[in-house]
Amino acid sequence: MAVLGNLSLSFSDEQAMLLDVAREFCRDKSPIAAVRAQLETPTGFDEALWQEIAALGWTGIALPEACGGAGLGVSALVPVVESMGRAMLGTPLISSALAGQLLLRAADAGQIERLLRDVAAGAAATVALLENTDWGDEAITVMLDEQRVLHGCKKFVADAGVARLIVVSVVHRGKPALAVVRAEQVATALTHNTLIDQTKRAANIDFTGVQVDENNVITGAKVVAALRDTRLIGALLVAAEATGTAAVCLDTIVDYLKTRKQFGKLIGSYQALKHPTVDILTATDSARSFIYHAATLVGDGALDQDAEIACRMAKAQAGETLLYAGDRAVQFHGGMGFTYECDAQLYIRRAQWSQQQFGDARHHRKRLATLLLD
Amino acid sequence: MTASDKELQSFRAEVSAWMKDNNPSDPGFLLPQTFMEVGDERQLEFLREWQHKVWSAGYLGMAWPKEYGGGGVDAIFQSIADQEMRRHGVPICFNVIGLGWAGPLINDIGTEAEKSKYLKGILSAEDVWCQGFSEPEHGSDLGNAQTRAVREGDEYVINGQKIWTTMGNFAKYMILLARTNPDAPRKYDGLSYFLSPMHVPGIETRPIRKITGEYGFTETFFTDARIPADCLMGEEGQGWKIAMQTLQYERGAEAGAAGGQSMVRVTVDDMIEQLDGVQRDGEPVLRDPVVRDQLVQAIMEEKALVLGDRRARIPHLTSDYPGSLPLSNKLRATEMTRRMRQLAINLQGAEGALYVGDDEARQGGFWQRAYFNSFSATIGGGTSQVQANIVAEHILGLPK
Repeated sequence: MAVLGNLSLSFSDEQAMLLDVAREFCRDKSPIAAVRAQLETPTGFDEALWQEIAALGWTGIALPEACGGAGLGVSALVPVVESMGRAMLGTPLISSALAGQLLLRAADAGQIERLLRDVAAGAAATVALLENTDWGDEAITVMLDEQRVLHGCKKFVADAGVARLIVVSVVHRGKPALAVVRAEQVATALTHNTLIDQTKRAANIDFTGVQVDENNVITGAKVVAALRDTRLIGALLVAAEATGTAAVCLDTIVDYLKTRKQFGKLIGSYQALKHPTVDILTATDSARSFIYHAATLVGDGALDQDAEIACRMAKAQAGETLLYAGDRAVQFHGGMGFTYECDAQLYIRRAQWSQQQFGDARHHRKRLATLLLD
Repeated sequence: MTASDKELQSFRAEVSAWMKDNNPSDPGFLLPQTFMEVGDERQLEFLREWQHKVWSAGYLGMAWPKEYGGGGVDAIFQSIADQEMRRHGVPICFNVIGLGWAGPLINDIGTEAEKSKYLKGILSAEDVWCQGFSEPEHGSDLGNAQTRAVREGDEYVINGQKIWTTMGNFAKYMILLARTNPDAPRKYDGLSYFLSPMHVPGIETRPIRKITGEYGFTETFFTDARIPADCLMGEEGQGWKIAMQTLQYERGAEAGAAGGQSMVRVTVDDMIEQLDGVQRDGEPVLRDPVVRDQLVQAIMEEKALVLGDRRARIPHLTSDYPGSLPLSNKLRATEMTRRMRQLAINLQGAEGALYVGDDEARQGGFWQRAYFNSFSATIGGGTSQVQANIVAEHILGLPK
């Protein structure tokens, strides 16, 4: 069983409670009409709802108690994010959580407490990592010079328009470092992306000329590992969200197959539709097992190899699962599936977006091959 | 009769040592991976000797009563012995229909006479058992079995045909499902269950040559075969109920089975290991990017199955479609095995075209044969296509 490695999967009472609450909350607060109402708004989410989420404590769930969080770690985020994916609820929660994780893993105690107190309380935040279209290229060219002035651009920064804090990966004195930038410093430097998934928002940011506060520069040995781990946790959270969306996509398909008639028969009685739907079920089952396996292994410390393998597998599985589910959802709805009105479009658009966050399935399988076969 | 952890630990060490010392060396011919693959006398005799040895050492039938050849201890000991057999990769205990079906059934509901007559021979491997449920016209629809049994004095006269009788040509006894009352209002109520001898006039077996080119199953023909009336188990009309009970022992020693591993498990690890030395484009095959991607997918598939078993025990994480993991398990596991074995052959390079019998065949053609045999699991017990229908209808609620 050597190549299968760590096979643990546990689920705490806290996770169970969170899952119950999150599923019910997201179902009640984010019916599909509410999702559609946000598709063309500037921020993509309802600010009042975000405040409710903050009041529930989800924005601080994985942050330490010292900065007002619950200290439950990434494992507590997974059931919440999965539930949000299930309801297609777009909020900056993943972005904020990743900014939190990156700082938590790289900064000193004083910085963590000062910078993350607002984030735990519900101020949106995000991370700016990508500089080109290649998640496999981890080289950093955005530079923080001796005067702590930034030079360079980041691409596809999720929730850039609403983030109060942006954690930027930079090169400082020849080494990887982090610069924490406030929203007002880049207010005119954003070029908003038009995303395939209309529930999501992102922008390119030109940081050139931004002066970073002395206290907001994070250097040191932990930065490299923190960046690596944040990408892996990003992959896991996007996988968790995609798994939730795959589940609701499956429900949508099943409902249609049980009600739509053609040639005098319910279309769900045709094996040509039935069997791929079972494939979606089993693929979603696999994705769900992988995300909770990864949630079991990701702690607050540096991720070990088992945790890395688990996060990569979760992303590879969930990404492809949702892509297949969304694609078949469109097809199985026939002519209806070709319309904007049909919810299948929401899922296939989410699938394309998810696949491209923190590396697609091929990206992760390529790295898994190195981890498992060499 | 519960044992302490310490007792169990030392027992495990004892079995482990025994398996290590007694694991037979390579006999020079391919051994069956499952009891459905016992194709010739050579394999039969090898496995008969092995099972006898395991039983003599006290590691088989441990939870069965002492007076019938068992060990009379808690089933937990047998479970541990089974785990160690698997871990050491020893040959199978091949008399599976006896050990896992007929034996536990007789133990549970058999008469004193039946227990005395049958149980010890099952354990010692002296008496091979086979199963006569499936019929040519009725596939998996057991309830529709048409083989007739008519009572005449002290005998039943059997007429009909069974198919897929594993080891039918080697078996001394058969658990037989036959129709005693064709007029019963419900088809199930017309069935009866027999512990039938095989070596009587009128019972003929014809080996079925499998896709592998080997044997392992027979067709079994009954032509006015007369068997003693006391072969009837329970009463007439209870056949369906007893047949269903028979299938419940599959869950292992804790459920009443005698134990012993019934199949050799082959993992994705074994597949990767067998690629040692294989070249592709002048490099080790494991350096090939396309191959690497396929292997990672195979590893993920196997890992997802194991993780799924774990998740199935957490009600919170299975609330969407409860039952989906256990009910789809057969479909997923057997299809994965088939695909993995096919991949294993494809990755062998030109050697992949060799077969059992060629000296140059990798591992004696193990993977080629294993691939063909894997279809027995994607077809037997309900084809994958029927399984998919069952999952679609019972789990997703899709219309028939």
